[in-house]
Amino acid sequence: MSEVPAISVTDLGKRYGTVTAVASLSFDLESGRVLGLLGGNGAGKTTTLAMLMGLLLPTTGSIRVLGEDLLRHRYRVLPRINFSSPYVDLPHRLTVHQNLRVYAGLYGVRKAASRIRELAHDLDLEGLLDRPYGRLSAGQKTRASFAKALINRPQLLLLDEPTASLDPDTADRLRTYLRDYQQASGAGVVLASHNMLEVERLCDEVIMLRHGRIFDRGAPVDLVGKYGRDTLEEVFLDMARGRSQL
Amino acid sequence: MTGIHGGSLRRMGAMIERYVYLLKGSWPRIIELAYWPTMQIILWGFLSEYLVRHSSYLAQASGVLLAAALLWDVMFRGQLGVSVVFFEELYSRNLGHLFASPLRAHELAGALFIISLLRTLIGSGMAALFAYWFYHFPIWQMGFVLVALFMNLIVMGWAIGLVVAGLVLRYGLGAENLAWAAIFAIAPLSGIYYPISVLPHPLQVVAQALPASYAFEAMRGLLFHHVVMVRPLWEAAALNALYLALGIAVFLRTFRDARVHGRLLNLGE
Repeated sequence: MSEVPAISVTDLGKRYGTVTAVASLSFDLESGRVLGLLGGNGAGKTTTLAMLMGLLLPTTGSIRVLGEDLLRHRYRVLPRINFSSPYVDLPHRLTVHQNLRVYAGLYGVRKAASRIRELAHDLDLEGLLDRPYGRLSAGQKTRASFAKALINRPQLLLLDEPTASLDPDTADRLRTYLRDYQQASGAGVVLASHNMLEVERLCDEVIMLRHGRIFDRGAPVDLVGKYGRDTLEEVFLDMARGRSQL
Repeated sequence: MTGIHGGSLRRMGAMIERYVYLLKGSWPRIIELAYWPTMQIILWGFLSEYLVRHSSYLAQASGVLLAAALLWDVMFRGQLGVSVVFFEELYSRNLGHLFASPLRAHELAGALFIISLLRTLIGSGMAALFAYWFYHFPIWQMGFVLVALFMNLIVMGWAIGLVVAGLVLRYGLGAENLAWAAIFAIAPLSGIYYPISVLPHPLQVVAQALPASYAFEAMRGLLFHHVVMVRPLWEAAALNALYLALGIAVFLRTFRDARVHGRLLNLGE
């Protein structure tokens, strides 16, 4: 496991005019660990992920990813990270195989054909490789997008709702695959999700966001205990409805 | 902007591969590339045949209208090849994936130039063959002047295409009609079918700032007087260098603004 944190964020903030999307966000993620971002709609999860990828420039603060200052040396970092989100698609008219080939080229993946075969096998995409991405079901698209996210064997993986449109069986397989990949590669993972069971199962630590700020943080089991609840979902509902009393 | 190196070429190659897949996967798109230029040539070909019989001016150079139509189409296709192909990324909501990858904005622009060149060669090439088969006008007999005219006009198209792409990045797909409208706004001032001396004086001044007006002047010089007018070709090239630099600057600036305002994740249909 690398000693350099996968992510080190200090006082991160994003404002759109007078609207504060994210404020005073500071956290570290060690490589080989999974961090969950929890929060209701508009809590700042996707904004935070976008800033961690360099797709969105922060208003304040600093971001170090894999030891590099993301704002200064974004292009040193980007070949080593990747992401998946249901809010961003792949080109619809290209087949899954063509999409993966293009992204393998963009990320400079060596032996791209063998990497695509490997991912297709692992993610059950073999029968879909020659099908246009736009003709896939929502669940199939999610798996194809996940394959794109792993094409470069990222050292940091940013996932926004990775199992949102999957049936329980496929979602469970994907989580298992993700856990195996993360443990084998030592990659850091940031996971934004509304699925509390998924977060409890996968995440070593959780940051709970509310109105763009950190509401609380800790290991899932510790948060459940701290709030005197039985599940993380109950803790989440307390936070979302402003019922938390400590 | 960083220099072009192996990684840059590989990423540009990946983007070109992406656009070639798109083209290969849809035969209507390939037909469409040649359809409009060919229809233009049919129209201008018949008009030329009629006018040559009734105009001593046009009788001196029967192919001048066809050459003008073909070369105008180079600029038009060149512009669409950049802007409309860029729109594909917005239609498919793919910008977030692209710019979370190591792809730089200037590498995307480079890939768009190359795919625009390919699309223009297909479309205008078919139209040129058509002009030869049906109207016996071999535009390639213009020789190296044709190459100079082609490059000047396509580069002007690229510059406009980048500005249009930048505006769409800034204002969203609601501005996509600019791709079709922008180039027609300068058509009357470009001296395509007539010398710019026929324009009112203030418009002549504007026309003199357009590379296309010098290119079409050189075209008429060759076809009417059989003279290679080197000076207007260089003037067009110098203006094009300026406009292409401006186009790239606008595109890169709007790309940076998109990162400030969060548009790379949100833009799409």
